[in-house]
Amino acid sequence: MSDLLFHIFALLSVACALGVVFNKNAVASALCFLLSLVGVAGLFVLLDAFLLAVLLVLVYAGAVVALFLFIIMLLDMQGGDRKRFTKATILSSTVAAGLLVTGLVSFASHGLVETADPATVKVVGSSLRAYAEQLFTVYLLPVQIVGFLLLIAMLGVIVLSKKFEGLEDVK
Amino acid sequence: MAVVTVERKPLSFLERTYLPNIAAGLATTFKRMVQPVETLEYPEQRPAIPAGYRGVPTLVYDPNGREKCVSCQLCEFVCPPKAIRITPGEIAHDDANAHVEKRPEEFKIDMLRCIYCGLCQEVCPEEAIWLQNQYSMTGYTREEMVNDKKRLYELGGTLPDSHFKWDKKAAAEKAAHAGGHH
Amino acid sequence: MFDFYFELPLLLRLLLQGTVVILVLFPLAAACSMAERKISAWIQGRPGPNRTKPPLAGFLAPLGLVASIPVLGTLLQKLGIFQLAADGGKFTFKEDPVPGHVNKFYFILAPIASMIPALSTVAFVPFGAYFNAAGELVPVALAHVDVGLLAVFALGSLGVYSLILAGWASNSKYPFLGGVRASAQLISYELSMTLSVLPVFLWVNAPGGQGTLSLFEVVQSQSQPGFWGGTWYVMTMPVSAFIFLIALFAETNRQPFDMPESEADLVGGFHTEYGAFKWSLFFVAEYAHMIVGSGIFCLLFLGGWNPLPWVSLADTIHALANILPCVSTPLFMGLIAIGIFLGKVGFFIFFFMWVRWTLPRFRYDQVMTLGWKKLLPLSIANLIVYALGIAWLQTR
Repeated sequence: MSDLLFHIFALLSVACALGVVFNKNAVASALCFLLSLVGVAGLFVLLDAFLLAVLLVLVYAGAVVALFLFIIMLLDMQGGDRKRFTKATILSSTVAAGLLVTGLVSFASHGLVETADPATVKVVGSSLRAYAEQLFTVYLLPVQIVGFLLLIAMLGVIVLSKKFEGLEDVK
Repeated sequence: MAVVTVERKPLSFLERTYLPNIAAGLATTFKRMVQPVETLEYPEQRPAIPAGYRGVPTLVYDPNGREKCVSCQLCEFVCPPKAIRITPGEIAHDDANAHVEKRPEEFKIDMLRCIYCGLCQEVCPEEAIWLQNQYSMTGYTREEMVNDKKRLYELGGTLPDSHFKWDKKAAAEKAAHAGGHH
Repeated sequence: MFDFYFELPLLLRLLLQGTVVILVLFPLAAACSMAERKISAWIQGRPGPNRTKPPLAGFLAPLGLVASIPVLGTLLQKLGIFQLAADGGKFTFKEDPVPGHVNKFYFILAPIASMIPALSTVAFVPFGAYFNAAGELVPVALAHVDVGLLAVFALGSLGVYSLILAGWASNSKYPFLGGVRASAQLISYELSMTLSVLPVFLWVNAPGGQGTLSLFEVVQSQSQPGFWGGTWYVMTMPVSAFIFLIALFAETNRQPFDMPESEADLVGGFHTEYGAFKWSLFFVAEYAHMIVGSGIFCLLFLGGWNPLPWVSLADTIHALANILPCVSTPLFMGLIAIGIFLGKVGFFIFFFMWVRWTLPRFRYDQVMTLGWKKLLPLSIANLIVYALGIAWLQTR
């Protein structure tokens, strides 16, 4: 039962992720992204990480993709013709893909990915309390740094999008 | 004309929260909710028609049952939308009302054209056409919406006035003939 | 009496429960449309729909029989119940046009997508409770999970996609504007809504306990003995309740926040191009959101299934059991709890409609100003004040 559900959700998220990349229509891409997120949330549920699943749906599916759609609709992006690949792109993407594959293979073959006994692994994402404790103790610094980065990004957006009174006269 | 500049008072803090006004509005609507309804259950309950209401134009009889209309066709001429069509006719010699001489042979009012202006009633020298209380005219075909003479009298009924102008005139003429003064 | 039910396979049982809840919620949401018409009529001094009466012949004869019961039939007719049935029939059978200029796939997908969050959020809402044999209070809910409220928020936030999709797929300007407004508005008010409920959970999750976001636990913490244990959170956290209520109005697209629809300036907003069954699906979804939203509000701030502040369900059951012994069976207890809860929800549905027929619509910029410049700072300030206060109280 659980295995079957895993395959369904995994297939859903991977297929939809491919859909995001290959769809020509920007709105369809965004909706594929939404479905892919739902698939990943399903995988989290199978791992008993309800909180992560719910947060993923709440933040990404509920707000971020809606903002994507908002922007797509506001700017009326309809995809259009694909750009031809230049030699530089082909070269760099081949190198990047090669590095990724090499890295994954070396990790897997050298046994660097530890497969610990599932029973001994602490499920920090399952209960609210464990999750919060991790967030406020072990990962406190990363959380603060990410928050600071987001704040800077937000300020940047405000500065860029704000119309300054003085600049109006220059035009 | 003097220009008065009205000072717009700045809103107080409470007013800017909208809340007191929202509460007042809710109170008003709630009061409205428990009051009895304002509307009528139409086909069963009919509205009271005020005096002088201009409804569907109709033709009337006098208390003796004589058609008051003498087909002078003034209403036909005055009618702005040309809704009235009259075919004048003569009253037969053996009729009791032969002294009136004329009556409409046919009288048609097209209610699809009628604008309920009441000019026909105003212009009628015989007080024969009246806009009465009837306010609801319906029909399935255009023909149904044309009121003919029979229907007009059905709608109109009898006007209870008793000056009997034509009878008095006939009596006066008869008296004059009998007296032979002229 | 109900042992056979608990012997059914779990999957079948859940399926049955889900079907039952949907079968209750769907007509309830449809009935809200009639309530809306009646309440608007009463506020405007009209009687509202009170004529429709099914005939005693033909396939409507069973309904006609009900209508011809002396007092009840007339009452139902006056309340417009048969009009509701006629509306339902009309929406089902009338021609369902798809305009030529729309994006067909998404145009049809949008109303279906609107039903998914509307009907699935109810799974996480406990709508009653009963005492089991061991004397513990057990919630009546489809899924009693620890992340209850977050799950409702998460699924509820997906509701915006149906509006965006409908607006975009309609491929004409008014629906499009409605869709854009919907996406901006719903995201804006989600923030204040989430922040406004945090003080409640700060209070419920006392230090040392197992952290929870379960709505059942919130109700439990409002039904403790003693003065502070029995108060409802609407009394101790009125600002939170107020912000939550306003955000709820905005999230369910109700007046004075029905920007996506705003028939005065956008014709019909996102559903301008829709008709018949697809249109009615949007409306059932809107009312279902209202029902679930009111339910959440009652659970968080109005003590859920506790009849009065300081009077818990347990007290009520004990008091009633002295008069009627049969009350203490689980079935009756559950029904009483569900009845109290639905009564509160019903009041909120009424309140939603009452507000709708009282207030004019905000302008769009007013909605945005209210959301970002007033409610959000207010909810953050509220959170900080309550966080400090609760920290002081609980560590004393």
